[in-house]
Amino acid sequence: MNLNMNSAESLVAQIQGLSGNAGDLTQLRNYLKQSDESLRAESTQLAPLLTELDPSMHSLGYLYILDACTSGPISKEQANEVVLSVARFVNACAAEQIRMAPDKFISVCKRFKDQVMLLDDPMRGVAPLLTALRKLQTSSEQLTTLHPDFLLLCLLSKCYKTGLSILEDDILDVDQPRDLFLYCYYGGMICIGQKQFRKALELLHNVVTAPMSITSAIAVEAYKKYILVSLIHLGQFSTNFPKYTSSAAQRNLKNLSQPYLELANSYSTGKISELQMCVQTNREKFDGDKNFGLVKQVMSSMYKRNIQRLTQTYLTLSLQDIANTVQLNSPKEAEMHVLQMIQDGEIYATINQKDGMVRFLEDPEQYKTCEMIERVDSSIQRIMMLSKKLTTMNENMSYDPSYLGKVGKERQRFDFDDFDTVPSKFNI
Amino acid sequence: MEAEDDAAGAMIDDGDDEIRANGETQRHRPIMSGEQLDVEAYAALYTGRTKISRLLFLADKCGVVSMQLEALRTAYDEIKKGENTQMFREVLAKIDGRLGPNYDPDSAWSDAVDRRAELRKEKLENELNAYRTNLIKESIRMGYNDFGDFYYAHGQLGEAFKNYIRTRDYCTTTKHIIYMCLNAILVSIEMGQFTHVASYVSKAEQSQDALDPVTIAKLRCAAGLAYLEGKKYKLAARKFLETGPELGNNYTEVISAQDIATYGGLCALASFDRAELKSKVIDNVNFRNFMELVPEIRELINDFYTSHYATCLEYMGNLKANLLLDIHLHDHVETLYEQIRNKALIQYTHSFVSVDLHMMANAFNTSVTGLERELEALITNDQIQARIDSHNKILYARHADQRNGTFQRVLQTGSEFDREVRAMLLRANLIKHDYHLKASRKH
Repeated sequence: MNLNMNSAESLVAQIQGLSGNAGDLTQLRNYLKQSDESLRAESTQLAPLLTELDPSMHSLGYLYILDACTSGPISKEQANEVVLSVARFVNACAAEQIRMAPDKFISVCKRFKDQVMLLDDPMRGVAPLLTALRKLQTSSEQLTTLHPDFLLLCLLSKCYKTGLSILEDDILDVDQPRDLFLYCYYGGMICIGQKQFRKALELLHNVVTAPMSITSAIAVEAYKKYILVSLIHLGQFSTNFPKYTSSAAQRNLKNLSQPYLELANSYSTGKISELQMCVQTNREKFDGDKNFGLVKQVMSSMYKRNIQRLTQTYLTLSLQDIANTVQLNSPKEAEMHVLQMIQDGEIYATINQKDGMVRFLEDPEQYKTCEMIERVDSSIQRIMMLSKKLTTMNENMSYDPSYLGKVGKERQRFDFDDFDTVPSKFNI
Repeated sequence: MEAEDDAAGAMIDDGDDEIRANGETQRHRPIMSGEQLDVEAYAALYTGRTKISRLLFLADKCGVVSMQLEALRTAYDEIKKGENTQMFREVLAKIDGRLGPNYDPDSAWSDAVDRRAELRKEKLENELNAYRTNLIKESIRMGYNDFGDFYYAHGQLGEAFKNYIRTRDYCTTTKHIIYMCLNAILVSIEMGQFTHVASYVSKAEQSQDALDPVTIAKLRCAAGLAYLEGKKYKLAARKFLETGPELGNNYTEVISAQDIATYGGLCALASFDRAELKSKVIDNVNFRNFMELVPEIRELINDFYTSHYATCLEYMGNLKANLLLDIHLHDHVETLYEQIRNKALIQYTHSFVSVDLHMMANAFNTSVTGLERELEALITNDQIQARIDSHNKILYARHADQRNGTFQRVLQTGSEFDREVRAMLLRANLIKHDYHLKASRKH
């Protein structure tokens, strides 16, 4: 089918006519699917058609044409144009319509991302991609292919806070394991950037323990960062994997991150000098992995850890003694550390500058305030919600035909009684 | 219990003066046993092979020439009474001519002994062969036993052990089995194979017939030694404490009654809590008999119990040099002492809301900074719930607020659960996805 001016006009007419209700839209989608190839062939001439369509009303048609327009090679000069038009479309389009052709939408957005990167201006892509992925999602639990791209742009443009906004969602629905790996890895890095180590640890943990048949580079890098963040946040690192970790990960990850395990080992001695030595010897490797910034944070966290340990033991201690025990050079330096920690709420203490003494206090939290009760309550609500979800999933699983088929095969002969014991296989 | 209440009451009532007085003025008795070990008296406690090996051990470790020579001389005399030429040569090498012409390499004696041994061995072999052809169980047992005795006397412990064990197939009565076990235990202790000791003790204890009290006591001692070597001090203490007074001087080829008091007392101090110490050690009539033999141990246990730590530690300090010379205890002295000291520190702080570190240092005969280090280690290990006011040198007890602690734990558990469940759901979804993928690829 050759697309001359006439058919172009008819295409526009079709789009305009069939963008009303759901039934029409399905028809339009089928029509567009058929003419997709010819659209691509004519990609260069399609741009003017866009002006005749309203992106918010004719989103589906607009999307196909936009996709065809951008499918060819794009020159540097055009890039700016493309970025602008996609951004406009993403902002205006109707969510229900684009969800009918998610592949198209994703490929348009991916191209948009590439162009933004090409222009070396990742910041421009952040807001449109956020809108795009929100529109593409059917629920906040769904992970779209756009998630990792969005987080990557956030990372590159250092818009960590915007990135955090989507990391707060509980992701449960995953189409592509690779998306999840990247999402968690980038998400972990964003959390590290925002010093939200707990969340970062959780995300990296997800990558390391995710079911995988072969070790991916993403998992290896995530494991390295996992070790470092675990040291910073928890002050320790257990080399044992949880038992649900895939065997591929258990076999290979440790071998691929030796310097990091050495670091964890020297950290556990609690001696700053040994840690420094280990960092010195492995400096090149840390630099090569671009993790040296984190390694430096690991080093400074050891001072904190040692000071925190003192609060367990002492009520008052002179700055000089603190400096001696945690191997700082001067009482002045110790004072700076203690001050910083008090500011960050990591210890409770007061400094008496006259005598050079630090007085450690107990945690003033009395668990009596309304806020605390609310926090407890919300925690309970969340857990109830989670366990409900767990039960539903368990139920769904227990009548999933393929699951039953597998269990039946393993058991050879099955009684009705057997099914009662099946869910108990699922331990938390 | 009364004594305990009194002591605790006095401490709280009279406060500081009393605590100071405890350590210094009130009980200033001369403490003995600080001087060197009397080798002759020590050797007199033991018989048989252990006497020689203990003396040689003493000579190796003591580091004082006069004592070393004394020990070697006694050992030399003792060996001459026996037939162990191998050990004889060892001792001679150690003496190295330092004891004058009376202690020369008496080759005539050793040659004679060796020759006699050769003959005896031949004779035993012939006898045993004769028994074996005749298939008389009892005689075969005796034959192996004689062989065991022979090898034991000549210092070939491995061979002796083998032969004693061989009698096992020919034992007809429980008495024989007990005899076999005791022999095996004896040789194993000499060889330092304490796993064998434990297994033969339990074998002997399984016998159906009632054992006579002396045998029971012997088995308890052997079990105690085995546990001691295995660093299971609490179990060792129990075994030593259960040892009956019937033991007397019946087991001097292994252990003396004095040793039982020492080993048992120290292990008990290091591992028992206060109530156990009172009921199982101090009020134990049987064990009291043993403790009478070593008054230092009795005193130090009493001092520990009545919280006179300074004298207790002083006794311990005085005993230490000699304990280090003990063939069984030397490896464990440091650990036991450390544990006892830690327990003393913990017990001392237990009853106070606040403790002046100067006074405490006084009571433990140490410096304030040293004490601070020790306390710090104990607090870090969660053995003392307290915090140190390093400025005013006061230790404050810290009473964990249960309510706050519970809240903290609950919130933490909640968030952990939250995290775990979400991670699990995610993993389950991934697996499901993977599974669907495989299924769709198949079709």
